[in-house]
Amino acid sequence: MEQTSNRADYWRANLRVLFGCLAVWFLVSYVFGILLVDLLNQIHLGGYPLGFWFAQQGSIFTFVVLIFFYAWRMNTIDKKFGVAED
Amino acid sequence: MDLQTLIYLVVGATFVLYLILAVVARAGTTSEFYVAGKGINPILNGMATAADWMSAASFISMAGLIAFNGYSASAYLMGWTGGYVLLAMLLAPYLRKFGKFTVPEFIGDRFYSNTARVIAVIALLVISLTYVIGQMKGVGVAFSRFLETSIEVGLFAGMGIVFVYAVLGGMKGITYTQIAQYVIMIFAYTVPAIFISLQLTGHFLPQMGTGAMLTDGSNQYLLQKLDLVLSDLGFSEYTATPDLMNTFLLTLSLMIGTAGLPHVLVRFFTVPRVRDARKSAGWTLLFIAILYTTAPAVGAMAMWNTLKTVQNTDQIGAPEGNLLYAERPDWMKNWEITGLLQFEDKNGDGRIQYYNDDNEAFAAMAEEEFGWQGSELYVDRDIMVLANPEIADLPNWVIALIAAGGIAAALSTAAGLLLAIASAISHDLLKGVFMPNISEKNELMAGRISMTVAIIVAGYLGLNPPGFAAQVVALAFGLAASSLFPVLMMGIFSKRMNKQGAIAGMLSGLSITLLYIFWYKGWFFIPDTNMLPDNAENWLFGINPTSFGAIGAAVNFIVAILVAKMTTPPPHEIQELVEEVRVPRAS
Repeated sequence: MEQTSNRADYWRANLRVLFGCLAVWFLVSYVFGILLVDLLNQIHLGGYPLGFWFAQQGSIFTFVVLIFFYAWRMNTIDKKFGVAED
Repeated sequence: MDLQTLIYLVVGATFVLYLILAVVARAGTTSEFYVAGKGINPILNGMATAADWMSAASFISMAGLIAFNGYSASAYLMGWTGGYVLLAMLLAPYLRKFGKFTVPEFIGDRFYSNTARVIAVIALLVISLTYVIGQMKGVGVAFSRFLETSIEVGLFAGMGIVFVYAVLGGMKGITYTQIAQYVIMIFAYTVPAIFISLQLTGHFLPQMGTGAMLTDGSNQYLLQKLDLVLSDLGFSEYTATPDLMNTFLLTLSLMIGTAGLPHVLVRFFTVPRVRDARKSAGWTLLFIAILYTTAPAVGAMAMWNTLKTVQNTDQIGAPEGNLLYAERPDWMKNWEITGLLQFEDKNGDGRIQYYNDDNEAFAAMAEEEFGWQGSELYVDRDIMVLANPEIADLPNWVIALIAAGGIAAALSTAAGLLLAIASAISHDLLKGVFMPNISEKNELMAGRISMTVAIIVAGYLGLNPPGFAAQVVALAFGLAASSLFPVLMMGIFSKRMNKQGAIAGMLSGLSITLLYIFWYKGWFFIPDTNMLPDNAENWLFGINPTSFGAIGAAVNFIVAILVAKMTTPPPHEIQELVEEVRVPRAS
């Protein structure tokens, strides 16, 4: 019984990290890179209009950071719940 | 040493390297053949996956796509990278925990159904075969252009090399060659980009250079100048943002499709542990991002180089503003020979006019005021990468490197796809469904035979492409998004999802996507069999068939959930399996 509830808690913790990461994923690509692109293009980052920069550079950098963050965060959660691999 | 000899030497050296790796890393067991014995270091697997993923199209065509479409090409950049976020968080670690050999195997076990497994195999075969045709063609084209052979000879040489290391080495051999191919590919791509960025903007990093000021004394930013000159020539601005709805949908379709591609997923079966699978996805995307964030720079800078070569941008409309054909630079002469660059002196003034003659208002004005009779320069978008070293006056060894890089990009992706096809046949169909009692030794032999047959079929299709080469990318991604991704995800995230739901979901997602694509592109892409003209007025709610995969995926999810609700829940041991897959530690 205890193992079951532990597993359920672990899964919920995983889902929380997951939703957080996917929210950022959606924000930098779909919101900043597409939906709000015209608005953000009013602002400039050097010669890059900001929306354009998110669509062709910024979103990709963010994706890389997101995956490493997820991997690191899940490792700590794995350890906390005692389900890490040896 | 002349250029041709140098290219032969460099490409030849890479082939010798691949063959040595193939002999060193040959596979002795089915586990080594299918998943490299699950012993690949996550960083090395990241490199191999990046090479597996980045095809001839990524290497040769993407920068050109960006050059000619500007912002509108962003869907490809975000779509083909953002998919790895989904893959890393929704699929890869769980599929690795499941710990078997193939993607259809997971679907078959999780949905306790050979029918589901066979449907997944069919989807995999259609996706991978359509995809591999383009790669084989890419190998042929890369060979013929650089080694001055015919496309056929190039294709046979490519088939021969893949045959040796894929059949002999299986996943293990493919992995080590892909690592080498990644290094060659990324070096070949970034070196010319760095030099061009230095020349145009003084920035070492092309990613910075794109957003920087031109060093030609104009005091203008590169992108600003591009916007200005392109609109002066009747094109839309480089950073203009038309049709955001289809950009959104295409990005989503490409992301979901990427995460559902079997030849990419299976690469995450090759690392030792669940946490390696997560980390490896990060390394993969980092290695991909090096090329994908350089591509926009290559695109923008190549576009600018082309424009300013033929047009004095301060004198648009003045006769002397255009380059005299007789004074064109050497790189233009070289690429004219290949037909990828063409000039036709429509108004007979001996000068090159390049502008948007599809823009009727601008074309009429240009004829009236400048005496222009139509755009006179045709530039194939593939030149943007291939001619880069010549445009930037780089030494010959860089050109040789681009040749080796292009061939490496096509070979590495072809090998990965062929392995996915071979494993689906020998492991899922033979071992899984038709001959469950086959011995390991015979299964390994069957895997090698399937690989050989797959290479021959792919080679044949590469020589006789079914006439829809340009459409296949849309098809492959649309199908991967609408068939495999949703059931894989539901198989992990929903304990309630059952056999009936998964089968109904895959079939409905697949068929509605195929139907929508065929409706506008023609049945089986046969010309003139389309039911409605393929343009925005006729598309359902304005949805481009290329962007439809996301809708197909949504249909798959909805149908699967509804059907599962109305039918019996999966048996207890399957729910246990899902519990098992969700935690890293084996219990």
